[in-house]
Parts: sequence; C-alpha cells; structure tokens
Amino acid sequence: MRLVLEKRPERSRAMQVASPLFAIALTVLFGSVLFAARGFDPLHAIYVYFIGPLTTLWSVEELIVKATPLVLIGAGLAICFRADLWNIGAEGQLIAGALAGASIPILAPEWDSALAIPAMLLLGMFGGMAWAAVPALLRNRFGANEILTSLMLVYVAQYLLDWLVRGPWRDPHGFNFPKSISFSDWHLLATFGDGRVHLGAVFAVLAVVLLAVFMARTLKGFEIRVRGEAPRASGFGGFSQPGTTWLCFGLSGALAGLAGICEVAGPVGQLQPTISPGYGFTAIIVAFLGRLNPLGALVGGVVLAICYLGGEAAQVELSISEKTAQVFQGLLLFLILTCDTLIRCRVRLERATQSPPQRDERVPVSLRNTSMTRSRFRLPGQSLRGAAR
Amino acid sequence: MSALEAVLLTIITASTPLLLAAVGELVVERSGVLNLGVEGMMIMGAVTGFAAAYTTGSATAGVAAAIGAGIVMALLFAFLTQTLAANQMATGLALTLFGIGLSGLIGQPFTGLPGVRLGAMHVPGLSDLPLIGPVLFGQDALVYASVAITALVAWVFTRTRLGLMIRAIGSNHHSAHALGYDVAGVRYGCIAFGGACAGLAGGYLSLVYTPQWIENMTAGRGWIALALVVFATWTPNRVAAGAYLFGAVWIMGLYAQGIGVAIPPQFLASLPYLVTIVALLAISGNRVLTKVNTPACIGQTFVPDR
Amino acid sequence: METTDDGYLLEAEDIVKRFGGFTANDRVNLRLRPGEIHALLGENGAGKSTLVKIIYGALQPSAGRLRWHGETVAVPSPGAARQLGIGMVFQHFSLFDALTVVENVALAVPGPFDPDALAQRVARVSEEYGLPLDPAALVADLPVGVRQRIEVVRCLLQEPRLLIMDEPTAVLTPQETRQLFVTLRRLASDGCAVLYISHRLEELRELCHRATILRRGRVVADVDPRAETAGSLARLMVGANVQSVNAEARETAGPAALTVTDLSLPAAGSFGVPLRNVSLEVRSGEVAAVAGVAGNGQSELFEVLSGERLAPTPESVIIAGRPCGARDITERRRLGAAFVPEERLGHSAVPGFRLWENVLLTRHASGDDLVRTGFISGGRTRALATRVTRRFDVRSGRHDQEANALSGGNLQKFVVGRELDRNPRVLVINQPTWGVDAGAAALIRQALVDRARDGAAVLVISQDLDEIFEIADRIAVISRGALSDTYRSDGIDRERIGMLMAGAHEAGPAPDQDAWT
Repeated sequence: MRLVLEKRPERSRAMQVASPLFAIALTVLFGSVLFAARGFDPLHAIYVYFIGPLTTLWSVEELIVKATPLVLIGAGLAICFRADLWNIGAEGQLIAGALAGASIPILAPEWDSALAIPAMLLLGMFGGMAWAAVPALLRNRFGANEILTSLMLVYVAQYLLDWLVRGPWRDPHGFNFPKSISFSDWHLLATFGDGRVHLGAVFAVLAVVLLAVFMARTLKGFEIRVRGEAPRASGFGGFSQPGTTWLCFGLSGALAGLAGICEVAGPVGQLQPTISPGYGFTAIIVAFLGRLNPLGALVGGVVLAICYLGGEAAQVELSISEKTAQVFQGLLLFLILTCDTLIRCRVRLERATQSPPQRDERVPVSLRNTSMTRSRFRLPGQSLRGAAR
Repeated sequence: MSALEAVLLTIITASTPLLLAAVGELVVERSGVLNLGVEGMMIMGAVTGFAAAYTTGSATAGVAAAIGAGIVMALLFAFLTQTLAANQMATGLALTLFGIGLSGLIGQPFTGLPGVRLGAMHVPGLSDLPLIGPVLFGQDALVYASVAITALVAWVFTRTRLGLMIRAIGSNHHSAHALGYDVAGVRYGCIAFGGACAGLAGGYLSLVYTPQWIENMTAGRGWIALALVVFATWTPNRVAAGAYLFGAVWIMGLYAQGIGVAIPPQFLASLPYLVTIVALLAISGNRVLTKVNTPACIGQTFVPDR
Repeated sequence: METTDDGYLLEAEDIVKRFGGFTANDRVNLRLRPGEIHALLGENGAGKSTLVKIIYGALQPSAGRLRWHGETVAVPSPGAARQLGIGMVFQHFSLFDALTVVENVALAVPGPFDPDALAQRVARVSEEYGLPLDPAALVADLPVGVRQRIEVVRCLLQEPRLLIMDEPTAVLTPQETRQLFVTLRRLASDGCAVLYISHRLEELRELCHRATILRRGRVVADVDPRAETAGSLARLMVGANVQSVNAEARETAGPAALTVTDLSLPAAGSFGVPLRNVSLEVRSGEVAAVAGVAGNGQSELFEVLSGERLAPTPESVIIAGRPCGARDITERRRLGAAFVPEERLGHSAVPGFRLWENVLLTRHASGDDLVRTGFISGGRTRALATRVTRRFDVRSGRHDQEANALSGGNLQKFVVGRELDRNPRVLVINQPTWGVDAGAAALIRQALVDRARDGAAVLVISQDLDEIFEIADRIAVISRGALSDTYRSDGIDRERIGMLMAGAHEAGPAPDQDAWT
C-alpha cells in the first residue's frame, strides 16, 4: 500500500476550516495515547490538560494573560508568512520591545504622568520594529536569508537583556539578584478583574480586528497576499517587493514589541533574565493554527494558551513534567501541516503495484525477449552501435 | 600541553558538531530540500545519545542512539514534505520546536547526571609528537569521522553517478522526474543522511564537548550550521573551512574572557551569532558565487503528475 | 503470452488515461512501423502529450495496453522505455541548467559512470549526425537550438528504435528546422521510427508518412498527410472550420505611440540575456511584431517595456510621448499602456486567486475607482470581472472562480480581456496565443487587430511565424538580445526572417548559434 496524492483543481474551502480542527483532535488523541502509555487514565489526563483550564474564573483569566502575547505576535507573523517572508525572530523582537519600553520606568522611575504608559507602549512597538527592521534591511539590501538573520538576532537580544539586568539596569537595592527595579504603579498597565488581565488583552483583540480588515479589504493587504502567492505577479501588479518586506517585518516586529512591553509592564512588572517562556516561537504555531489569518490567530492563541496552562495543571495534579506542553505544541504544528495537505490534495491509499485491467497479460521489461528484438531490426547506423558500447 | 595546543584542541572540538551538521544539511539542500529542523534533530541526538550512553555505560551505544534519533526525526520531516507535500519551511520549524520540547521531556531525569565521555584515540608514537601529535592524532573518533564524511561527500558529488543524480534532482526536479528518476525517493535518502549527521553532531555535544545533558545545549548551533551551508555556497570543502572558522570564533570568546578582556561576557557570547549574520551578508552580496551553486529547486514542493 | 506480429514496432491499443474526473485519453489507438515518421496531430489539450508520456513510461495508463514488436509490454518508467529502445525529446527540455553537457547525457545513459569515455562517445555521435556539441559546456550557457541537440544526441546514444519528438520545431529557426528534418529522415532510413508531435500543418505534410489526429482525447482520423491539404488537416484537428482573422491593413498608421531608442540592459542573473542597442517604434493603428526563437531576450524586452525592470535612461522608452524609462508599471498604465506577459499562471494572474481578485491585480490604479483611500470595492471589482468574462467569452468563468481552475485558452482570454477592456492606447503582449486552443487563439488575434484598427499601438512578441504573418503590419526579429530593423510584413519572407533569427543583423562577432550543420 502507498499513499497517493491527487491535486484538487481548486483548494477545498471545507477543508480550510476542518483541517485545524482535525489537527487539534489528533493532538488530543496522540496525547491520550501518550498518557495511557505512561500509566495515567487518559480521559482524566485529557480533562486536566485541555478542559480544566476553562473551568474556573481564575484559570480563564490566566488563559487570557497567556493568550495575549501569543495572539499579538501570532497575528503579525500570520501576515509575514502570508507574504512568504519568514520572520522567526519574534522572540528577539519581543525582548527588544520590552527593553525599549522598560527604559522609561528604569531610567525615569519618578516620571508619573498620563503620558508615561503611552510612551512606553510606543517605545515598545518601536523597539520591536527596529529589531525586525534589521533582517528586512539585510534582505532588501544584500539578499541575505531572513530566516537565519532574524533567528540569530534572538540570541543577541537575549544576551543584551541578560547584560542589562546583570549590569547597568540591575536594581542597586536588589541584593545582587539579576533584576531591574520593580516598576511603579504608574508604569504598569491598567488591569481588569482580580488584577491579572491587563490592557494588552484589549490591544490583542483590537490588533486582530484591524489586521483582519487590513488583509481582507485594503489594497496593501491584497499586495501582501499577492506577494506570497506569486512574487512575479506582484511585480506585474506594480507592487514593490522591498516595500512589502518592510511593511510585513515592521508590522510583525511592532506587534511583538508591543507584546514584550505589555509583558514587562503587566504580569512581570520588571525586567529579569527571562521575560518570556518562548512566546515568540509558540506564536509561529499560533499563526499556522489560525490558517495565517489574523482572526484565526485569536483562536490559535487561545488554544496554545490552554496548552501552556494545561501543562502547568498537569504538573501539579498528575506530576507530569510541564515539558509535555512543548511536546504537544510541536506535535500540533506537525499535525496542522499534515492536515493542510487535505486542502490542496485528495489523499488515498493505493496498492503498491499499478493495477490496470489487463495486468496478467503484461510482461515485465526484464523478461522480454531481448535476442529477438535485437536481431530482427536494423539499428540506426553501424558505427553508432559501436559507439554505444 | 602548551597553550596553543589547548586552543587548537578546543577549536577542533567546538567545530566538529558544526561541521557534521552542516555537511549533512549540505547533502539535503543539494537535493533541493531545505530542512530548517537541524536544531531539532541535533538536540534530539544530544539527549538520546546521552541517555543511551548513561543507561548502558557505553559511549558507542550513545553514538548509535544519537544517529538513530536524528534519522527518525528526519524521516518525520521527509514524510511530511515528500509524501504529504507539506511546506518545507513550516515543517522544518515544526521539527525544531518539537525536538526542543521532546528533548526537554526526555532529558529531564538525566539533568545534572555525570555523562559518559567518548575517549580520545591514542596512536602510540604519533600522538606523542609535540603540537601536531595531540591535534592530528589524539582526537576522538568522531573528529576523524567528521572529516571522513566531508571528504566522502565531496567525492560522491564530483565523482559518482549518485552525486550527479542528487545534484540533478536539486537543479531541476521536473527534468529528473521526466527522465525517470525517483525524486521523492532520492530526497528521502538525502534527508535521512542529513538527519544522521545532525543527530551525530548533537551526540558529539553531549558525549564529548560537554559530557552531560543540559537543556537547549545546542544553543543555536543547528541554525549556524544552516547558515554555514549558505556561506560555503553548497561546497563540502568550504563547509569544512567555514566550520573551523566558526569554531574558532566560538572559542575566541571563551579565551578572551579567560585572559581578562574587559568586555562583558554577554557580548562575547553573542559573537558567533553576529559573525553568522556578517558571514551571510558577505556571501549573499557575492551573486556570482551564490547563483552558480544554489540548487535551483531548493525549498520547492514537488508533486508529480500521475 | 499473446503475440501478434504484423511488422508493427509499437501498437498502443485502447489507451485510456483519466486525471481525476478528466479523461485525457479515451480509447486511443496508434500504430507505428519501423522507419516510419508518424505525426501525432492535435490542438493543445487534445491529449498528445499524455499519450506520449504513457508510451515513454512517464505516466501509467488507466486502461489499455502497449505492444512492442507485437508483444504486450509494461513500461513502468522512462528507464524501462529507454531499455526497450524508446527515446524522447521533450518540448520543455528535460535538461539541467547547472550541469554540463556530458553530465546531462550521463543521467540518461545506463552503465558505469565514466564522464571521459562518455564525452568521447558524445563527440563521436554528434560528429556522425552533424550535431556539433561541446561536452564540457554548461547547459545554462547554451542557446535553445543547441540544447535540443543535447536531447537528440542523448537519445541517439541509446540506439533508439523509436524516437519521440514533442513540438521540436517550436524553438527552432526555419533553417534549423530543415536541418532537423535531414537528421530525422536519415534516422528513419536507418530503420528508426519517429513519433512526431506538432500542430504545424505544413511541416507535417513535408516530413511525415502518416498522421494520427487527436481531438479531445480521442482519435478522429488516421491519414496520409501528403494527400491532405493544410486546410483539411486543420478541420480534422479542430472539428470545424477555423475562423481566419480579418486583418485588412489601414493605409495610414498614426504617430508613434511607443518608441524605444538605443536601449541596452545587462542580463539579470547569471542565466539571463542582455539587451543590446534595441530601437523600435510602434505607431498608433498598427500591429507590430517581434519574432524570434525563445530565450533571445523577449522576456527581458517585455519587462523593460512594462516597467517591471527600469531602463537605464528615462528617454530610452517613450510611451504616448512621455519618457518612461524610469517610471514603474503603474505609472505606465496610467498613461494608457497595457501589458500581457507570456506566463499566465504566476505572472499575469495569481493562480490561487479568484478572477475578481485578478482583475484588481492590474486595474487597481487604472481609473476604474476600484480602490478608494486604500480600501477595495468588492462590488465594483466583481462587476468588472463579470464584464470581462462576458465580453471575451471566458467560458465557465465566474468572478469567484480561482484562476488555476481555468483552461489555458479561457485564462488567456481573461488576461487579454482584462487589459483590452480598458481600451489601452499602447498594448504590449508576449506570446499571445502560446498553448491556447485554436478557437481562443482566433478570438484573441482578432481582438488585437481590432484594437489596433481602433487607434492603439499594439506590439506582439511571438515565436509563432504563422501568427505574426496573420496579424502584423510590420515585423522585427530579435536574436541574442539584439533587434533587427523593422520590415513591412508584405516585404519580408520566412527565409529572411530565419536568417535574422540566426543573428544575421547582429553587429560584432558572428553568433555561435549556428544552424544544424
């Protein structure tokens, strides 16, 4: 038996909706097999992991806190990937945004003004944008591969953050811990509920809605989609390739930067060597789960946030390592890509041998009567036959 | 042992995993496939290599397990990209994210345990020569293996029908298919070879370089290996030169700290990543070198008519 | 084992091939004797390529069988076909640009890998058949005619008993075509059968002994082409009388609307063609044509005219009296120019986009009010798409259909219609009917002529000399990036055009793109 793909004449619209659902279902299925293999009751484990986080107000709020950066970054990456631009350095852009935004509370802790928060947010977006502008510039100017440059800059950003919190920006009264000062109240984002859901969640929803309209209804959004589908047609349409590159990296960088400053001015409240559990990378999965559509990123962000929370819950309740969350995330992306094949192709199983009706009459080439065919007919040119030996 | 000897030895140790991973990826890319999952295959090689060596007490078993883990990961990638025609970029990223997650899970019970080190070879007489003795004749077996693999790959590409076939498929998969070559089959093979090399590179880290398991211990080396292939314009001998150059940069940072250079250690530690960017710029600017050798089909999905 | 031997080399019996719901070959029968040059004739999409791919083992039939010397055989792969003695020269060559000639040959020749010995064999065969080749040359550096020689030599090395040639003359000058015919006749006289695919009727009548004609996947006739006329063959092929284009020339052409002056442009990338001192003038009211063999700078000329690449000086391209060399494609469109590139999917249209979105691709800034302050008007764009599909007879073309679901002819009608719908003052079109069925081709050609008679300057870049003589008022020829003088179409013959295609007008060193000598 072998798998055979048959291209569909048009992409299946039903599958475009169904494929992420299949992927999630399969991930849960694989998960329960994994849990069963480790001796847990699979149903209970699945409940703890995937349903539990939705059952209490506390955990739903926590879910929103976790989903906020994922949705912000994922929506921006969705646009980049749509344009066939592979910005995989969002984690670095998140850190750069956090650093730029945090410069206000750290360098001007006394500045208590209504302008402080907007200034921090703008600086955060600017920082992320500047960090993302580097791969865009290197691609436009030198043709350097943006995948590798954007990723290398993640490590650089991490070391920069590490240096700042251990060096110049370390809290002088912090007992030598590698931490900045804790931000004052006027440098923290407004919160809702019992104080954990912050303004960033509003930004995330706003960003998703604006980007969805932008992609579906504006000429710039159209330009981005053309660039990803057919780069030559984009030139023929009169769209500038470097221009699209700037736009996509700028947008996604700004959103990652915004996510960064919202993290440090929200749940974290200061700078420390680690300010993100890999949101910038997880957001890649968010973008794909959301079918590279900003609205989809909203759903994808929530699903991946459940995955994070479920990991924590499973660690507490079942003493399963919280690392299983990362495994599920990777598995989910695999399964999304697998299921996406169904959008473009029909898949069926076929017997290994071709089986046309007259199969038994066919003679394999190796069994054919070579002496007969050779002797019966003249070859094209005697000397050629010699040459062929 | 003189200081120079020590520096040379550490450079070779730091370069070997880069060389192994890069030469494997070179074969993959020459066949027209871009596997961004090198980091993921490497880290899986590192953790399974360590776990197998620790459990059995045999470094050789560790090496075999590392290779096996790399191949399994690579076959996962091959199944998605070749059989299911999934996007290569996204699948490679998935492989890396999955590998990093799974290695953390597998490695958790092994964190902080003393490892089994793959020993250095000793050739009586030769290994005792001053300077060149330890550098040329006193290395572990994998260093020689990495050089041998590179030489083998170079030979296959220039002298054999197999190499010609791989280059042809990477250059134009439609033509290769029209001539009757099994594009997906050859690519499966190349991807598996790349996985074996990446797994071995990871195993080198946890069995020789730092014989223990540390989470994320590959630290972006898989990505640097990917950059190395571009930097070397898809030629094996330049991959080797590049790997040793990068190994030297890596070690330079450590030694600069050791002799008390007044630069924050974080800046020195980010040096390899910055150098990678600069190297990419230098080579991308050179259109002549890149255009001629770039496999024309790299990263493109191929689904034949049936 | 069933054996019937009536002296046939190859018999294809009741071949059926389905792709999903589409039947490309429907119980096709074909018989070939040794030494016979047999034409396979049909329109684009009639199923010719599918049938030969089945014979060559590149596709497997859904039903039916192949006999070789009367024996039923399976041809599971091209390698198996080559072992039987079947060689094939593909229309889109199966060559590797980045490899040398001898490496390209080695990939198709079994046996131990010994490039040096193989290079000697290549040299010997190419000398014997008068097909000069340099074994060490990189394919990317060779002109199209020479590339075809590589394919032919690669087949000859395997002592084929059947040689399949898929549209071989599409890329050759008339002189090169004659040389190819000499080679093929010689092969046939040596006992090798040739299966020759073409839709060029005069060629078939000159060369072939028999012709099998396919229409919509079925065999509609099996005739002796020498006893037919081009007209009767065309009727068999199309199934109806082919409408001829009414291209009555108007006596007075207007002022120049598109002028190119001494334009030189370096090659883009290492595999491109540079443009060398190109000068050209197209006047309102006329159809001018640029003839030439593929890959001689046509795409480069198109891109620099459209503005996808900018010219070195603003004055080297003048559209409607304005220097345009430094203006981008959108600005040129605003001046009333329209463009249709050669490649339909991926260049003139986005494959996965719906037709109305593809209308937006070139019309977003053309004054139709489709975009207001950056926002797209879906309603107006859809209405425009519907108008184009109606006016230009784009069959089954709904505005919400994806471009890649349309047949070649319908999509070409759509992309040409999208531009003509604007009534452009200047129209530049590259290979207007390439890979298009006869009905659509006639409609497109007539529309081009009509547009010119309404006062537009129309420049057609085409490889198809029949097409050029049908619609063009004036003709120039491009060869290796250099353009010849322009001639009135009633003042130049094919012979002269062939010499220009081979570079007779080029200044400087003689071209090495010589004929098959």
